[in-house]
Amino acid sequence: MDDDRKLELSRRGLLVGSAAAAAATAVPSAGTQATPLRPNPATMPVSFEVNGTRYDLDLDTRTTLLDALREHLKLTGTKKGCDHGQCGACTVLVNGERINACLSLAVQHSGDAVTTIEGLGTIEQLHPMQAAFIKHDSYQCGYCTPGQICSAVAVLDEIKRGVPSHAQVDIAARPDPSDAELRERMSGNICRCGAYSNIVEAMAEVAGART
Amino acid sequence: MKFDAPSGPNPIDRMKVVGRTTSRIDGPVKTTGAAPYAYERHDVVANQAYGYMLGSAIAKGRIKRIDTADAERAPGVLKIVTAANAGPFATSRHNTARLLAGPEIQHYDQAIALIVAETFEQARAAATLIRVDYARVQGRYDLAAQKDTAPLVGGSSGEGSAAAALRTGDFEAAFAAAPVKLDATYSTPDQSHQMMEPHASIAAWSGDELTVWTSTQMVAWAVQDLSHTFLIPQEKIRVLSPYVGGGFGAKLRIRADVVLAALGARAVGRPVKVAITRPQTMNNTVHRAATIQRIRLGCDREGRIGAIAHESLSGNLEGGRPVTATAQTRLLYAGLNRLTSMRQAVLDLPEGNSMRAPGAAPGMMALEIAMDEMAEKLGLDPVEFRIRNDTQVDPEKPDKRFSERQLVRCLRDGAAKFGWSRRPMRPAQRRDGSWWVGLGVSSAFHNSPAMKSAARVRLEPSGRILVETDMTDIGTGSYTIIAQTAAEMMGVPLDMVEVRLGDSHFPAAAGSGGQFGASNSTSGVYAACVKLREAVARQLNMEPDRAVFESGHVVADRRRVSLADVARGGALTGEDAIEYGDMSRSVHLSTFGAHFVEAAVHAYTGEVRVRRMLAVCAAGRILNPISARSQMIGAMTMGVGAALMEEMVVDKRFGFFVNHDLASYEVPVHADIQEQEVLFLDEADEMANPMKAKGLGELAITGVAAAVANAIYNACGVRVRDYPLTLDKLLDRLPRIA
Repeated sequence: MDDDRKLELSRRGLLVGSAAAAAATAVPSAGTQATPLRPNPATMPVSFEVNGTRYDLDLDTRTTLLDALREHLKLTGTKKGCDHGQCGACTVLVNGERINACLSLAVQHSGDAVTTIEGLGTIEQLHPMQAAFIKHDSYQCGYCTPGQICSAVAVLDEIKRGVPSHAQVDIAARPDPSDAELRERMSGNICRCGAYSNIVEAMAEVAGART
Repeated sequence: MKFDAPSGPNPIDRMKVVGRTTSRIDGPVKTTGAAPYAYERHDVVANQAYGYMLGSAIAKGRIKRIDTADAERAPGVLKIVTAANAGPFATSRHNTARLLAGPEIQHYDQAIALIVAETFEQARAAATLIRVDYARVQGRYDLAAQKDTAPLVGGSSGEGSAAAALRTGDFEAAFAAAPVKLDATYSTPDQSHQMMEPHASIAAWSGDELTVWTSTQMVAWAVQDLSHTFLIPQEKIRVLSPYVGGGFGAKLRIRADVVLAALGARAVGRPVKVAITRPQTMNNTVHRAATIQRIRLGCDREGRIGAIAHESLSGNLEGGRPVTATAQTRLLYAGLNRLTSMRQAVLDLPEGNSMRAPGAAPGMMALEIAMDEMAEKLGLDPVEFRIRNDTQVDPEKPDKRFSERQLVRCLRDGAAKFGWSRRPMRPAQRRDGSWWVGLGVSSAFHNSPAMKSAARVRLEPSGRILVETDMTDIGTGSYTIIAQTAAEMMGVPLDMVEVRLGDSHFPAAAGSGGQFGASNSTSGVYAACVKLREAVARQLNMEPDRAVFESGHVVADRRRVSLADVARGGALTGEDAIEYGDMSRSVHLSTFGAHFVEAAVHAYTGEVRVRRMLAVCAAGRILNPISARSQMIGAMTMGVGAALMEEMVVDKRFGFFVNHDLASYEVPVHADIQEQEVLFLDEADEMANPMKAKGLGELAITGVAAAVANAIYNACGVRVRDYPLTLDKLLDRLPRIA
């Protein structure tokens, strides 16, 4: 009991102390000369395919795949929700696997084939998953929707390929597109409007589990 | 069109389009990524520069010195905008905290600088080179510490002004005499909207005229607030917001993104775009403020409430508004002796503001647990206890009634549908493997405000109908219900209607908020269509009242003319607004519902799983059942978040919300949500508006969290009065494992 309290006190003290230290480093010392102009950021050439078209870009190495798509290629269907891998709005397919486009740098993708929501289907020719989302009203504001759809397409493919998940009772068995399986695998894609159960309905229909 | 008498029969009653399940007309653009949100408008203006916001590292105090020299010299940087060099700007009266601060700091992560650069990466990097020397002073960050000192606010004005408690009868005497009493205190935490699209804007100046592409729920309010902020007339401001990636109240008023983008654009002489980063949304913008609520109920032995008191404490910045957590209690249940009051502490935390059902949601989180606790004391079923205390009139003003009030039917129908009769009266009776299983209920209640709303409708030479209004669609389905309304009124198929929203050059609609959007914006379109129908009839020398619009034709007196023929010589336009007279204030236009929840609590770990949810609602005419249902399940999902996980944790030493991202401020994900069902009762409210419709976006969330909490209690016998009900609050009180 006493030890616990001591630990608690010292942990708090440490937090207060480190915050104060952080504040101190933010104070410029008097008489500091202006630092010289910093060098221009490094850029690198990179080539990859997006939706079947090859792009040759010269990018600031800090540019994420997400910003390369949205700001350089102007493919704004892929959304920026959090920019650090916590919401799934930027989900795209890279060589057939889903990733968060915000979590990798564009220059890491040399030679890759990227599929975005724009590459899945068009207004005139919807992908079956896009059509199912419309039918089941699997969205509201629409901002997480491209990421949900890309993720949903990849999830059904993962299940087909037998990629296991936490929701399986028997990890060695072939996974089914059950509701629990879909919900588990889709949990990296947040929808604050709360369309989850409609998204599962759309996925189940595309998977052939329901109409 | 003035609406001041009950709506008789009208063309909407045909319900050939309105009221039918209709896939959203914006579905194809939203599911293909073609719908452009604010930050994505590469197409609208050339030469856009990137702005990155720097927030204050202290919660309260002053900037002694801000050194931007290094940042200014960083590659690609065009300008560092601070309050000192931004040029003239003011704070709109609808913003409590300034949207660009300095030298005084009002809250943590309040914007203190905008870095404008050629690229996003350059702007973000340069932000780290700004050195700020702060003089920090101690702020007030602990709501509970001001429990006994915070002054009374609110009163009959509803919000803001200092006022005494509201009293009906003699609460103290009645409570003292009541044979069965409950006196309990509940707390709700600070919560964050966390819509998926963070606040974002592009701003461009042309001389002294400002255009912004932004993400706002309220286009006309944004124009007004930008006019106040930039000290220019409203005519010189254009706001466009055709697609909004969620709002939940966070985008009712302008935030730092749009002000900084406009200041930045003015400073560099070219368009600037700014998005608030996800972590910044937590402390830079607004949130639902925490409450501490005391509820006292006094009943007779038959379970009739004779005394009811609801006293709420919340905090905000100086000049901010309270959480109106007592508002629902004033109207929901009977009882002759009543007391409601609000106290407001001054806190130096980020600004508290509207979040989905502001006041009502946290108020019902407390009240509806209290009702469950009282039912148990009485030995009554909680559904029956609520039914016994229904009132058909305003309990404070008995001569004011509700236009429609189907609370009892919502409760009864829901109980039957959900299998409520199988609920054990005593808690911790039902086990399913390692899980305790229980059922919970709550009422749902929210008023449906009547608000002026305007629209313009044009019949084009092609026979197509074009609707223009500054209404927004924040996921609520406005595009579709507006198209349905115009199609019904003009007698054309849905695909002959085009809807353009979210442009301040269009007539001003009610906007999206407070469940006033759907009913008022469609009523505005109704009014404009009436004008257009008159114009069509006049052109054909028909009596407008006798003209029937159907199948793309107008028919009267044995004449039948296609709409395309009518407009062949030129488009015809109808423009009008719906406006409300005294009738709308003479009754309560209200919506009611009941939430039922089945929850399982793990007997060993205290983990909670919500297994089934059902909502039954009476909310006027349902314009589009599929999108109305989506609003319901969305709010039920958000209610699960409020019950189980959502809490902004206050650092009471330094004054900020610690968990400022989606990994630490948890919201429900797919795996948290299982079966959800929604039933709408038939209701066409003739007192409400010509659509006979009301709202349900706020109704939908009221009571949900309490129904979850009550189900948890019924499952495992642990009563938790402090939201959220995380497993640590259950674990040491779970039934002993035999």
